Amino acid sequence: MSEQELQVQEKQMVKQDSETTKPEKYFIPPVDIFEDEDKVTVVAEMPGVKNTGVDVALEDDVLTIRGSQEDETPQEGRLLLQEYESGSYLRRFTVAETIDQDKIRATMTDGLLTVELPKAAPAKPRKIEVKAG
Amino acid sequence: MALIRFAERPNFRNPWAEFERIRQGLDELSHNLVSEGKAHMHATVYPPLNMYETKDALILKAELPGVHPDDLEISLEGDTLTLQGKRLRNLDDKATSYHRREIEAGNFSRALALPTKVDLDNMKATLVDGILTITLQKADEVKPRQIKISTDR
Repeated sequence: MSEQELQVQEKQMVKQDSETTKPEKYFIPPVDIFEDEDKVTVVAEMPGVKNTGVDVALEDDVLTIRGSQEDETPQEGRLLLQEYESGSYLRRFTVAETIDQDKIRATMTDGLLTVELPKAAPAKPRKIEVKAG
Repeated sequence: MALIRFAERPNFRNPWAEFERIRQGLDELSHNLVSEGKAHMHATVYPPLNMYETKDALILKAELPGVHPDDLEISLEGDTLTLQGKRLRNLDDKATSYHRREIEAGNFSRALALPTKVDLDNMKATLVDGILTITLQKADEVKPRQIKISTDR
């Protein structure tokens, strides 16, 4: 793949269906989702979020990833230039395969959250032999 | 002679009606653009930066998730700060099927003119949790100085 220049992607805000009691801004983190034989992996970009600020939940086949961080404004600092906003991140997915919920692993490094969802055994494709009978 | 009803001669009533309409339209347009919170300064070059100023220092922050410190180069020359680097994504090719690919990989390079003089020897940069923080101490001559007021003559 040829090297390309990274483009600026404006952060999208999550549209809330209902109002929350606290005014909170949630952004939609860009994700990569890929799948191989035994697991589905979701990688989300959440810069500024530490692993303590991450919340991953799977309920009713809906995977919710949420990341929160503290306000980055330094003390006694005056804002000169702002080209991006920081806030919390939220994204939900419906997971199609049956997932083994006990084996979900999530790691957070360098602002990238990686969630591994291993597929439960019955979901693995099994070839059934058709015998002549 | 065509008889035009009095009420249907808009020009007579208000020659500026057309202009009023245009002005209202533009007002609504600008309200829509500005009411999204503060007026955004759109970055056109990656990475988008936030810059803060304290009494003694200039602090720059950038969101660079997934960038390794070895792939990042920060240099300072006079008044210009240059950020260069690349972001690699290790894409497994073995039997993986992608459902979504939104995270980009590639190079970036950005030069920024700093608003004040900074001390070239006193620069600190940290890359934590995907946020790059560059702290530059202001040059001595630019730091605000208190002038003591004395009451003797």
